[in-house]
Amino acid sequence: MRKLFSLSLLTLASATMFAGGYRVSIQGQKQLAMGHTGVAVVNSAEVAFFNPAGMSFLDKKFNLSVGGNALFAKTRFQSSQFNQTAATDNVGTPFSLYATYKINDWVSAGLAVYTPYGSSVEWNQDWAGAHLVNNIDLQAIFIQPTISFKIEDKFSIGGGPIFVQGSVNFNRNLTPNPVLSNNGSGTDVTLDASGISATGYNIGMMFKLTNQVMLGLDYRSEIIMEARGGSANFADVPAIASASFTNTTFSADLPLPAEITAGISYRPTDKWLFAFDYNYTKWDVYKSLDVDFDNTLPTSVNPRNYKNASTYRLGAQYQANDKFTFRAGWYFDESPVQDGYFAPETPRNDSNGYTGGLTYQVNSKLGIDLSFLYLHFDQVDNSYDYFDDPTTTTGLSSFGGTYKSSVFSPGIGITYGF
Amino acid sequence: MKNKFIALAALAIGFASCEPEFEKEVTADYSAGEADFSSYVAVGNSLTAGFMDNTVSRVGQTYSYPNLLAQQFALVGGGAFTQPSFAEDVNNLGGFAGQPGSTRLVIDATQLNADGTRGAVEPIAGASTITLTPQAKAYNNMGVPGAKSFHLGIQGYGALNPYFARHATTPTATVLGDAMSKAPTFFTNWIGSNDVLAYATSGGVGVDQNAAGNTNPTTYGFNDITNANTFNSVYSTIVNTLTSNGAKGVVCTIPSVTSIPFFTTVKYNPIPDAALSANPNIALITSLHQFLALATNGRISPLNVADGLPNAVIINDETLSDLGTQITAFANGSGNPILIANASTLGNLYGRARSATSSDLIVLRASSIIGQVNTSAPAPFNVNGVTLPLSDQFVLIPSELTAISNATAAYNNSIISIADAKNAAAGKTVVAVADMNAILAKLVSGLKIETGSIYTANYFGGSATEGQVLFSLDGVHPNARGYAVIANEIIKVINTKFKANLPLQNPTYFPGINILPTN
Repeated sequence: MRKLFSLSLLTLASATMFAGGYRVSIQGQKQLAMGHTGVAVVNSAEVAFFNPAGMSFLDKKFNLSVGGNALFAKTRFQSSQFNQTAATDNVGTPFSLYATYKINDWVSAGLAVYTPYGSSVEWNQDWAGAHLVNNIDLQAIFIQPTISFKIEDKFSIGGGPIFVQGSVNFNRNLTPNPVLSNNGSGTDVTLDASGISATGYNIGMMFKLTNQVMLGLDYRSEIIMEARGGSANFADVPAIASASFTNTTFSADLPLPAEITAGISYRPTDKWLFAFDYNYTKWDVYKSLDVDFDNTLPTSVNPRNYKNASTYRLGAQYQANDKFTFRAGWYFDESPVQDGYFAPETPRNDSNGYTGGLTYQVNSKLGIDLSFLYLHFDQVDNSYDYFDDPTTTTGLSSFGGTYKSSVFSPGIGITYGF
Repeated sequence: MKNKFIALAALAIGFASCEPEFEKEVTADYSAGEADFSSYVAVGNSLTAGFMDNTVSRVGQTYSYPNLLAQQFALVGGGAFTQPSFAEDVNNLGGFAGQPGSTRLVIDATQLNADGTRGAVEPIAGASTITLTPQAKAYNNMGVPGAKSFHLGIQGYGALNPYFARHATTPTATVLGDAMSKAPTFFTNWIGSNDVLAYATSGGVGVDQNAAGNTNPTTYGFNDITNANTFNSVYSTIVNTLTSNGAKGVVCTIPSVTSIPFFTTVKYNPIPDAALSANPNIALITSLHQFLALATNGRISPLNVADGLPNAVIINDETLSDLGTQITAFANGSGNPILIANASTLGNLYGRARSATSSDLIVLRASSIIGQVNTSAPAPFNVNGVTLPLSDQFVLIPSELTAISNATAAYNNSIISIADAKNAAAGKTVVAVADMNAILAKLVSGLKIETGSIYTANYFGGSATEGQVLFSLDGVHPNARGYAVIANEIIKVINTKFKANLPLQNPTYFPGINILPTN
């Protein structure tokens, strides 16, 4: 019996730690308000993230932008086939800090700290999709020292290494089958890894075509988060299987894909600024999430099969007077999740983002930035069809239904410069 | 300032539209169609009662397919659904008080099987607390374990059946009468399995009343096959009664026994070479088989313990002519002192014996005795299935199988034609047919449910197959997951025939086999 259990019961699937749906772009109040454009926009220290080359075109010697958002992400699930409903409401707090300093006319240095992947999804424990995910909490802080060189008056390049510190906590049931249950509570595993370090880089170039038109190009490298020695703890294991499900450690690789952004900004007058960005994210690096346990449990293979995805962004800024600047934007965010791979840990389909915001300039040095983001998702019928139930030897089982999500995120920040 | 208000207003709108809402509620399209579920009554036998693992238990009963159906009916106007009370079964053991070994079957992970593996099937430890205290109450679930078609109309059936004794409204009540007292607006009727199954599970020891031409059920023994004409007449009465107040319903056909694990788990040739080779008497046993092959004109095949193929059991086939005298004569003339000494024993033992073939079905109960020593016979003629032929009760031979399949086909023809006649007379669907025979037959090749999971009829073969098993450990009745599949098939029939829209149950979420580390 014991042998049979250890042979067959375990093909642990795990969750998408860094899915497209969680790459909710909130990396600066001013730029978020403009549809999160920015690769060709020189507005504030936020450009250290959007395009390090832009630091060279900032007017002030010192620029500081600090801000944070409250991210309210909600998802509803229902299946009329089986009369199932579920809901998850989650709050995230992405933040960013950017500082730039013009060392001299042709070189600027900066520091960017931001959280492009940081969110959580928490369904009710033992809900209908518990075998795919009960809850997941992901945190990753990107620290990017940056330098920019102005090659000549019209052209600059910039870049810097990215140091990532991340952690992940993830819980799911081993199987939908309650044979592995203990007093009605499904046997589950918690994967926990913290202190995950990884490195990458961000480079960009900016070209001042005319006094009105700016072109930008930025590339952020792929970063592989290598979780090593994280804990894998089993709970609610029935006595019969306790010998197989002993707590252990695990290894898993989680790719953060490379992203290339090209854009243009146009400043017809001193009051108006328009921007367009195009992002292309190489999500196809995310083929499968494999969790390798450091004991005899078999490796869990979870196909993800993401596709490369594009995002189109539009933004506008209107400087009404010395005190007020208003911004608005829109973007279309294509989901990297393909049909049949729609898992409830990343319940995100294509979305339209609507953004807005304003800056109140307290004085020539200090400004207060407000922003909001509303992400609209159409309701979608989709499923994850690749769950290999460890208690069966044939057939992949499917979990799906209708999903509807929304994301709302107000933010506040300050800009300081001299 | 005006602009500020606009911005704030925009924020407020953002918050307000933040709640994700579906275009319609999950229940929006559910409908009862042409059916009225306000009073749903289920009529049937153990399958309807939620019998599994050889008993009805408090928890097992909650997984009865009528109860699972009623959960869905409740979404579209279904009324309360009651089942006979098993509140007495506080420890969920099933069985009956005072009957040792009647508790529900479990797998004991540490207990040895006959073949040396661990994980034996046995009744869960503990004493049953289920009594025969009369509840004198009609319930919506009128599934009575053990009931045959003609039992439903027998007055005082409670005297014959402890399950009905527990809830019969009066000592002279009939099952059907109690069912009708609930004034059904909708019914399911899955009766008839026991009319043939009792004969089958007993290994065909009863009488085929079709062959006997006996249409009087009061003269039947429990293991007899009910005469098809009797079945037709009784079934017609049941359906007429159930529909008499305008109720609609679903009738279920009777599954063929060849699709249930009770008859498919133990092969006709279950004895591996290694098991034989390990027997200290193997030389003797081998020469015995060689002698018998000769003396029985080849009815018994010589053993081959070296070909890597499992060996067939030997069985008693009462349809064969008795070769006892010939065998005794062969033994006496063999010149072998052992054979001469046992000449008459050999004649008695093997006169109607033969090796089993793939046309025979060995019942599940035989698994615990094959290869074991039977103390009723002298050594070395005492190894069940190897040197001692399995008796009739462990084997369905082809003639018995024919009797069973003919009866099953006749019953199912009756069920379908009675339903058809009802519908033709009404000019609409009044009685829909759920073809359980066809559905369970699919289990042989693997039944794929809506989520993609594949289930087979494999009797529990260790935890590796746990997730595929739809049958409980008694090999006859589904487990909870199997009942969910059955409920779904009935729902599909209701959705189609009565233009209803009811959600399915997801069988994946229902438990299968109960495994205990120790019992």
